[in-house]
Amino acid sequence: MNSFTYHRATAVQDAVQDKAGHDGSAYIGGGTNLIDLMKENVARPTHLVSVGKLPLADIENLPDGGLRLGATASNADTAWHDEVKSRYPLLNQAILAGASPQLRNAATNGGNLMQRTRCYYFYDLATPCNKREPGSGCSAIGGFNRVCGILGTSESCIATHPSDMCVALAALAPTVRVSGPGGERSIAFDDFHRLPGNQPEKDNTLEPGELILSIDLPKEGFNKNFSYLKLRDRSSYAFALVSVAAALELDGNTITDARLALGGVAHKPWRDQAAEDLLKGQPATVETFARAAAKVLEGAQGHGSNDFKVELARRAIVRALKQAAEGTQTASDVFQNSNP
Amino acid sequence: MSTTNYIGKPTSRVDGPAKVTGTARYAGEYAVANLAYGYVVSSPIAKGKITKIHADEVLALPGVIQVFSHENVPSLAWFDRSYKDLVAPGGSPFRALHDAEIKFSQQPVALVVAENFELARYAASLLRVEYEQEAHETNLETQRAKGYEPGRGKTGFQPPPPPRGNPDKAWEEAPHRMEAEYVHGAQHHNPMELFATTVEWRGDGKITAYDKTQGVYNVQQYLTKIFGLKKDDCRVVNEYMGGGFGAGLRPQYSVFLAVLAALELKRSVRLTLTRQQMFSFGHRPHTLQYLKLAANADGSLAALQHHALHETSHFEDYTENVVNWSGMLYQCENVKLGYQIAKLDVYTPLDMRAPGAASGSVGLEIAMDELAYEAGLDPLEFRLRNYAERDQNQDKPFSSKKLRECYHQGAAKFGWDQRTQAPRSMRDADGKLIGWGIGGGVWDATQQKSAAKASITADGKLTVLSGAGENGAGTYTIMTQIAAETLGLPIEAVTFKLGDTELPEAPLQGGSWTAASVGTAVKNTCEALGEKLLKLAQKMDNSPLKDAKPEDVEFVNGQIRLRADANQAVVLRDVLQASGETKVEADSSAMPNMLKQQQYSLHSHNIVFAEVKVDEELGTIHVTRVVNAVAAGRILNLKTARSQVLGSVVWGIGMALMEETVMDHKFGRYVNHNFAEYHVPVNADIHDIDVLFVEEEDDIVNPLGVKGIGEVGMLGVAAAVANAVYHATGKRVRDLPVMIDKLL
Amino acid sequence: MTQQPTNSAASAGGVAAPPPTGPVRLTINGEEHTLQIAPWTTLLDALREYLHLTGTKKGCDHGQCGACTVLVDGKRINSCLTLAVMHEGEDITTIEGLGTPENLHPLQQAFVDHDAFQCGYCTPGQICSAQGLINEGKARTEDEIREHMSGNVCRCGAYVGILNAVKEVVDKESLEPRK
Repeated sequence: MNSFTYHRATAVQDAVQDKAGHDGSAYIGGGTNLIDLMKENVARPTHLVSVGKLPLADIENLPDGGLRLGATASNADTAWHDEVKSRYPLLNQAILAGASPQLRNAATNGGNLMQRTRCYYFYDLATPCNKREPGSGCSAIGGFNRVCGILGTSESCIATHPSDMCVALAALAPTVRVSGPGGERSIAFDDFHRLPGNQPEKDNTLEPGELILSIDLPKEGFNKNFSYLKLRDRSSYAFALVSVAAALELDGNTITDARLALGGVAHKPWRDQAAEDLLKGQPATVETFARAAAKVLEGAQGHGSNDFKVELARRAIVRALKQAAEGTQTASDVFQNSNP
Repeated sequence: MSTTNYIGKPTSRVDGPAKVTGTARYAGEYAVANLAYGYVVSSPIAKGKITKIHADEVLALPGVIQVFSHENVPSLAWFDRSYKDLVAPGGSPFRALHDAEIKFSQQPVALVVAENFELARYAASLLRVEYEQEAHETNLETQRAKGYEPGRGKTGFQPPPPPRGNPDKAWEEAPHRMEAEYVHGAQHHNPMELFATTVEWRGDGKITAYDKTQGVYNVQQYLTKIFGLKKDDCRVVNEYMGGGFGAGLRPQYSVFLAVLAALELKRSVRLTLTRQQMFSFGHRPHTLQYLKLAANADGSLAALQHHALHETSHFEDYTENVVNWSGMLYQCENVKLGYQIAKLDVYTPLDMRAPGAASGSVGLEIAMDELAYEAGLDPLEFRLRNYAERDQNQDKPFSSKKLRECYHQGAAKFGWDQRTQAPRSMRDADGKLIGWGIGGGVWDATQQKSAAKASITADGKLTVLSGAGENGAGTYTIMTQIAAETLGLPIEAVTFKLGDTELPEAPLQGGSWTAASVGTAVKNTCEALGEKLLKLAQKMDNSPLKDAKPEDVEFVNGQIRLRADANQAVVLRDVLQASGETKVEADSSAMPNMLKQQQYSLHSHNIVFAEVKVDEELGTIHVTRVVNAVAAGRILNLKTARSQVLGSVVWGIGMALMEETVMDHKFGRYVNHNFAEYHVPVNADIHDIDVLFVEEEDDIVNPLGVKGIGEVGMLGVAAAVANAVYHATGKRVRDLPVMIDKLL
Repeated sequence: MTQQPTNSAASAGGVAAPPPTGPVRLTINGEEHTLQIAPWTTLLDALREYLHLTGTKKGCDHGQCGACTVLVDGKRINSCLTLAVMHEGEDITTIEGLGTPENLHPLQQAFVDHDAFQCGYCTPGQICSAQGLINEGKARTEDEIREHMSGNVCRCGAYVGILNAVKEVVDKESLEPRK
């Protein structure tokens, strides 16, 4: 961990100004990812602006019928909030599928969006990584890439975004309200995270110094037909190999609206609107779901040790859509051992 | 049944309150004055040389005390043998900071010492080290042809027995045959406690090293030889160890570095490795196994061949018994066992829970399952038909072997008779595939030389001392039970102390031998003390025990009484008071009775029944039920013994489904060297586990009749799970761990 | 082949001085402590190395094991992934604040009774986590408790005992009917 100074911001304006006044500074919310990266010397901020205690922790209804998730509300408080549970159960599911109860208590919503990849090489200073050190090369390409991406990758980076919460958010399509030296603005969630291209060091489209204030969910919560399906290397407390957020509006057995987003497969939470369009107006059948899965995975490409993700994602999409259509997902992501 | 009979009873841990309140102290937690902190800098390359270390840059930081590297390490012991610990394999032990040569990735190249932990960590992150890199080789697959039979291995290693019969011919002629290769990758012990040493500088060249180790004496002799210290000046203490599983058998480089710094700086030093650095040393080796089995029409084994190849380092020949067990677990006249190792640019592997046998039982027990299916036999029935009544490797009878009872009782408990043989023939209410599989194994029952000392004070409090270890196995508790029962005292009146080189010498905590070795020493010592107490009792006025010989009396409920007439008794505390002694002491030791033992094969056995549920479409596997039936002699404490076996099952599930340290051969470096990407089971992975201990009396192994249970419980678990996955899905996975992608 | 791989985080600009220290006021187990530390001291290291409250364990230092779990205002967090300076004015409870060997907390007693540990190193974190689970009131069934205790790795594999110990106390303390 490097040497840094620390300031606890008293207000948003104070935070933005303090950050602007310090080169090489970073915002810290819960710290669950940043301190991890600082101990690995992957992140080396020289000044921390603590924003965790800013009055941005409220979860409140918006005039347009949506819900505002404060940036500094904890992931746990968000997941268990009554409005979230009843109106956006997909988000509840996704948050609870991620990390551990301890981490969800400390991690903030803003910080969740800012999580960096779990690619092995990104974390290991002994190996080249374009995301950590632009131009040094990608060790995951041709290396061990079980956790890496199959969609939207580039020749310089095949890393994935590790969040579960963001996969549900991608499906729910909120806007991200931010404040920075240039004032306040809103970013559509789909535009918030970016693909690596030839600038894999950039995870998102925030301008320098911008601070997340809230995530504003639209009214539509898909609270009847939804599913968050996460596949990983152990039953809990592991990052997704593949995850799927699926949400449907049904009229009888006909799909009238659909949302479909994947985690663990790309540099950003991967929402596929073409696949969603393909679902609309169709009967909610396995055949329809398979066509949507094929659409999502057009052009998907494995890199060796993650080749299996293409087929796993295909099956996971079908299963998640099936669960969503059946409306069978229960309130928590727990393996239910039914007796024979 | 009297109240001071504790042996065999499910007794709560005597160290439980200390552990659940956080008052139990581990190596890195001793508060000593004027403490400096060390932090290790590790090599990013697997092979090459250090060309320059820019120590001056970080020494300029206020509060940084010293940077130790090969450039400034003082002259230490010269000969290899000085660096050989008690369980070192053949070869030349690794010496940290010895020279510029890099032998493996993550090799320690420098130790930064500073006034506080954060500063040491910071300075270590800034230390620039230049390297000249050389080509490395870390891939066992490409080094198959370079495998060789190791010469002399470490203590306990036995080369495979010579072949018997004609296994090639028998295989060719048999009606049912299989041959296959089985693979599992490297695994790391990853005890929860990080390797840590707090060295207390006692002045005048004297130190106390509070070290994470499974053997304080091993560390002491290692340090005294290297640093030229007198034993009295180098005390090594380990009161609690936060898990070992073999990782603490050999002294780690952390203790060497911490002591080096303390002696050079004449100051107390603490060094704690990081979780990432916990992947820089010994591990269960990546192992390739080839099995070729055949059965006759009646289901008897016609031929058995088992060959194994695993990695070792370039500087030591690590050995473990992988294949030998296959020559003794089942009856077979035509057997050939082969064992080789191959050198790679890695650190030397290290014994990890049930070393060799855990690996070997994966190969043998999956192969047995495959052959059972070839022969059309239920896997349990197939094992029963090949039950070994004698150890054919040594051509000796077993001192005791209740494996058949394990088979029957385990099957009954599990409900094995409800199994349908065909793969994919069982499903649960949700439509998930159900699979039931078995696997088991055999492990050595051994006893090592051990000493103890006991003293009782006038208030009736007994203290027993032996330099054994407590790594979670329950040593404090079972030794307290043995001592309390032997002298008929309430358990609360007994204190057992361990983990200190100032106590009588005990062996390393490993190999499942602590109960047998230290337990016998404690029993002998308490009996010796009992004889002294009897003599004092006989000096009392009108003593009812006046003419009694030691064998005529028993110690029960705080009394010494005649076996023949319980009413003829004296109260122990009265004896002590009447004697006028403030303290009565005895010491003794225990050695295995070789004369008695050498005529027999001494082993523990087990069989594991596992149920998996598989979501075939998604490839997810849950181990929903396990029954582990164990025959391991007498069980000293049903509660702690059960926990050891429960833990073994969890280890087996980890080995079966998720544990693997993956090497990136381009860098010669383990890529998942952290706790987020090296997966061990979490609570949600574990469901119902039942442990059965079958009755097994054995007065040959040792006077207590115990065989040890630290390792045997793990045998066959991974194979049982893999076999259950086959039964569920019809897919035979021979490359562990069975991860999601292998079922797609 | 020769190249210059490095683990070093040093940049061309030389080494920056260590950060200055300042007073940090922490309330731990009801007692106020003022530490003179730099911002880079984590809550975990503050507890272990500066206050000698070593019941809170360091198992990975990266939020990957749960051994360092403490309660902050009643909520369980990993003390390794947070800075001490971030917790001024909050109530921090460590294992030392739950009970003593002579006066065990019900969870501590249940862990002893169910033999819910072996080496004991993950145990304080497990118990603090279990108290957090009870405070949250979300986990009732066995499967839920398993899931909600999965942020605490136990390498000895004492999960069966941990489940039973936690369940016993959850059942006792839970006034609501089981789901």
